[in-house]
Amino acid sequence: MAIAATEQELHVLAVDDSSVDLAVIAKLLRRSKYRVTTVNSPRRALDLLGLDPNVHMIITDYWMPEMTGYELLKRVKESSELKEIPVVIMSSENVPSRINMCLKEGANDFLIKPVQPSDVSKLRSRVMRR
Amino acid sequence: MEHSRQLGYMKRSLFDQGYLDEQFYQLEELQDEASPNFVEEVVALFFKDSLRLMSNIDQALEKHPRDFHRLDSLMHQLKGSVSSIGALRMKNECTLFKEHCDEQNIEGCQRSFQKVKREHAALRQKLETYFQLLRQAGPAEKATRSGV
Repeated sequence: MAIAATEQELHVLAVDDSSVDLAVIAKLLRRSKYRVTTVNSPRRALDLLGLDPNVHMIITDYWMPEMTGYELLKRVKESSELKEIPVVIMSSENVPSRINMCLKEGANDFLIKPVQPSDVSKLRSRVMRR
Repeated sequence: MEHSRQLGYMKRSLFDQGYLDEQFYQLEELQDEASPNFVEEVVALFFKDSLRLMSNIDQALEKHPRDFHRLDSLMHQLKGSVSSIGALRMKNECTLFKEHCDEQNIEGCQRSFQKVKREHAALRQKLETYFQLLRQAGPAEKATRSGV
């Protein structure tokens, strides 16, 4: 039933190497009633997704030391198990070519940091389609 | 009573003097019953991260040959956290550092970084006082809204 779908708790995986930013994005998402798992690297994100692909959205920082959010996005979209999961990229830099590159690769949205509550409330309708 | 007045005054002056910007209000807005110490926790994370990054920058500034790419990368991370907590004055100094880095101007970077460190120290002192006042004012003041 439609009502049950909207009340289902949606699980978001948040990826950011900055502990400050991770704390903020996790709080923003929890305020919007998402269940949030936080990891500080794309490697950990992929490990977790390998164990439990029951994730309704991935929200990731763009610029991380070992692997960028773009590279993580590519890995997700290349995987038959994971490719349906919406991916949102965050960056402190507003670089149009970077944004286009991510959107072209299948990112569902691109947010400029610091992320605002209004950015997060838009996510549900724009990204989740549930 | 006195504590809450001191608190209000201190907060206004932190904003008026440009130490903090709108983003700090956003953090306060996120503090609620589920996370009653959210702001203080995030600020503590910030100081932990920033001390580490600043130490790495110090080391990188001493290194030969100069690695401006690394300096820029480290400062990018620092500036990110600085923006996230709304530390305006420090953010502006970080921006200047990045400009010197782009120009591969090592003396500029070194001068600029001294300013970054000064702003960091000043901010730390002010926020420590702020949180102390907040604690003394008691639980009623915890969920302070930006208008106070």
